[in-house]
Amino acid sequence: MKLLATAAALGLACASAQAEALRLDWIERQVVPPPVLSNLQGDPDDLGLAGARLSLKDIAKTGKFLGIDWALQETVVPPEADFLEVAKAALADGAQILITRAPAKDLLALADLPQAQGALILNTGADETRLRGADCRANVLHTLPSVAMRTDALAQLLVAKRWTDLALISGPQPEDAAYAEALKASLTKFGLALSGEKDWPLTADMRRSGAAEVPLFTQDLPKHDILLVADERGDFARYLPYNTWLPRPIAGSEGLVPRGWSGVVEQNGAAQLQDRFRAAIGREMRAEDYAAWVAVAAISDARTRAGSATPEALRAYLTSEKARIAGFLGRPLSFRPWDGQMRQPIPLVTERAVIALAPLEGFLHAHNELDTLGPDRPETLCTAFGG
Amino acid sequence: MLRALLLTTLLASPALADEIWVTNEADDTVSVIDVETLEVTHTYPTGERPRGVTFSRDFKRLYICASDSDAVQVMDPDTGEILHDLPSGEDPEQFVIAPDDRLLYIANENDAVTTVVDTQSRKVVAQIDVGIEPEGMGISPDGKVQVTTSETTNMAHWIDTATHEITANTLVDARPRHAEFSPDGGELWVSSEIGGTVTIFDTATQMEKGKITFGIPGIRPEKLQPVGMHFSPDHTKVFVALGPANHLAVVDAASFSVEEYILVGRRVWHMALSPDETLLFTTNGVSGDVTAIDVATLAPVATIKVGRFPWGAAARPTAN
Repeated sequence: MKLLATAAALGLACASAQAEALRLDWIERQVVPPPVLSNLQGDPDDLGLAGARLSLKDIAKTGKFLGIDWALQETVVPPEADFLEVAKAALADGAQILITRAPAKDLLALADLPQAQGALILNTGADETRLRGADCRANVLHTLPSVAMRTDALAQLLVAKRWTDLALISGPQPEDAAYAEALKASLTKFGLALSGEKDWPLTADMRRSGAAEVPLFTQDLPKHDILLVADERGDFARYLPYNTWLPRPIAGSEGLVPRGWSGVVEQNGAAQLQDRFRAAIGREMRAEDYAAWVAVAAISDARTRAGSATPEALRAYLTSEKARIAGFLGRPLSFRPWDGQMRQPIPLVTERAVIALAPLEGFLHAHNELDTLGPDRPETLCTAFGG
Repeated sequence: MLRALLLTTLLASPALADEIWVTNEADDTVSVIDVETLEVTHTYPTGERPRGVTFSRDFKRLYICASDSDAVQVMDPDTGEILHDLPSGEDPEQFVIAPDDRLLYIANENDAVTTVVDTQSRKVVAQIDVGIEPEGMGISPDGKVQVTTSETTNMAHWIDTATHEITANTLVDARPRHAEFSPDGGELWVSSEIGGTVTIFDTATQMEKGKITFGIPGIRPEKLQPVGMHFSPDHTKVFVALGPANHLAVVDAASFSVEEYILVGRRVWHMALSPDETLLFTTNGVSGDVTAIDVATLAPVATIKVGRFPWGAAARPTAN
C-alpha cells in the first residue's frame, strides 16, 4: 500500500514570515476505467486534479496580496490500495479541508471516519443524487452537480422546446439505470412523460455494425421528437446519431448533454478560465476539472469573506445567504443549506456549442431559480443538515 | 478647455457631428453613431475581439483593445484606418489613458499584469503584477493613482504612477469589473458583477466609505450584476449598468442611494456621454444595440442597432 503520488504544491516559493499557511488536501481514489467500445477517448490521468492545481495557482495569487500561503497536498490512491487507510493517514497528518474525487462508497467511508467529523469534505467526483439525499453527510459539500440536477436541466430544455413526444434507450450498466431513473423523475417534475422506452441489448461491435443494427433497433419506437439515451460510460450511444430509423436529434448521455462544465462554455468570462486551463494543462477542461477548480476557489473565497479558515467557519459561510461565489457561469454560486450541494447553472452542450444554460428563462422559483435544478428544500431526503 | 479642444478639432476634422464609437466584440468592428441623427454612419474593421476603447485627449487617435489580437490598435478616427499597434501584453481587455495623454494603462487579462505603454515612443514602460484577470481600470484625475481591479482575485490594486508599484490592495465583492474615480478624485467606485454590489472607497485612506446594493421588483437578485459606471455631467449622480438585469441604476453620488432604474437593452455593459452631455449611450451586449438616454429626463429616447456584442463606448466631439 503506497501512495502513487504525494506532492506538495506550494503556492509561493517564498512566503513572508507572517504569512498564514493554509493547507488543502486532494484525496483521490483511482478506479480502473470500465471497458467501452471506442479505444480512442479515455479519461485523462489528471482529471479533476488538474482543476484543483490550476485553482490553487489562482488562489495563491490572491493569497499573496492577503498574506495567506495556500498549499495543496496531493494524495492519489491506486485502485488496489486501501483507500481508507491512506485517508486516515492524511487526516492524522493534519488534513482538515479535503477535496475528494472518489466513488460514493469510498467517499461515505471517509466521511464517516470519527477523525473526519471535524473536517470539511468537498466532493468533486461522485454525482449520485442520494449523496445529497438519504446518504448525505453534514461534513460533505458537493461541487459536482448531482445526476438529478443534470436531468432537470435537460427536462427544462425539452419543455422550452415543446418536445413532448419522447423515447428513451437505456444502457445495461447500473449508472445507466440510475440516469434513466433520474431522467424519468425529471420528466415527471416538469410535466413530461416518455412515450416509449427500450433497453440496449446489443453486444456486437457497433463500430462495425451500427449502420445495420441501430435502424432496426429503433424502428419500433413510438413517434418521438427527440431520442433520449442513458449511457453514462459513453459506450454505445455515440453510434446512435445518424443511424436511427427516424432522423431525430439525440440527448442525454450523448448528443445534447447536460454537463457541469465543458470545453465549449465561453460566456460570462469563461473563455478566460478555459484559456488558462488549456495553457497550463494542455487539454479541454471537463466537468470534473471544473468541480475541483470551483471547490478550491470557493474555499479561498470563504476564507477571505469569513475571515477564518476553520472547517466550521468555511462551511457556515458557504451554506449561508452571504455566499456569492464567482464561477464563470453567469450567476453567483452558493451551497444549499439543506443538502450541501452547490447551486450552479447547468450548460446543455453539444461537442461544439452551448445550446442553453439551465435554469432556462421562465422556470421560476420562490427563492433562487438555481433551485429548480435538483432536489429542492421541501422535497429533500437529507436530514444531516438539520433541515 | 473642452471648448478649446473642440475648436482645434474643428479645424482638423472633416466630420460633421458629434459621435459615439462602439466596439463590437463578436464582429471585430467599431460602429460610429451620429449623435444628431442617432444612426450608424460608419463601421470600421478592427483586430480580433475589440473591447476597451478610448480617445486621445485631442480626439485624433482612437485606442482599441483588440483582445484576441493581443494588441492595442491605434486608429485614425477620420478615416477608420489602423495606423499602428501598440505593444500591449497578452489579451488586453480594458485600459485607461493618463491625464497627461501619454501613458496608457492596460489590463492584460490572461497574464495578471497591468502594462504601462508610452503611446508616443510605443514602448512598454512598466509591467505590474496584479491579481488574476485584471479588468477594471481607473486613474485619478491628478494622474497620481491608477487602480486595476482583478476579477478572480476580487481586489482593487492601488498603483502609484510615479513608481509603478502597488501601494495598497483592497478587497471587494466577487468579480470586480469596473473602477471609476469621482471627478474630484476623492472617491473610487468599484463595481462587483457577481457580488452584485458597488463599493466606494475614500481615495486618501483606501477605506471603504459605502456599499451599494440593488433591487428591482420582478428581477432576481442574482441577475443584478453591476458592470460599467459613469458619473453624470453635474457629478451628482452615477449611472451603473446592471448587465443581465437589462437596467441602468441611477445612484445619488452623495447619499449612495439608488434613485431610479432605467430599462435598456439586454446585458448592458458600458456607457459614454455625448460630448454636449445631453445623451447617455449604453452598449447592450446580448441585444446587439445601443440605447440613447436623455440625461435630463432619464428617459430612453432611441435604440440603435450596431454590430454583434457591443462592449465599449467612447465619445468624440466634432464640429458644430
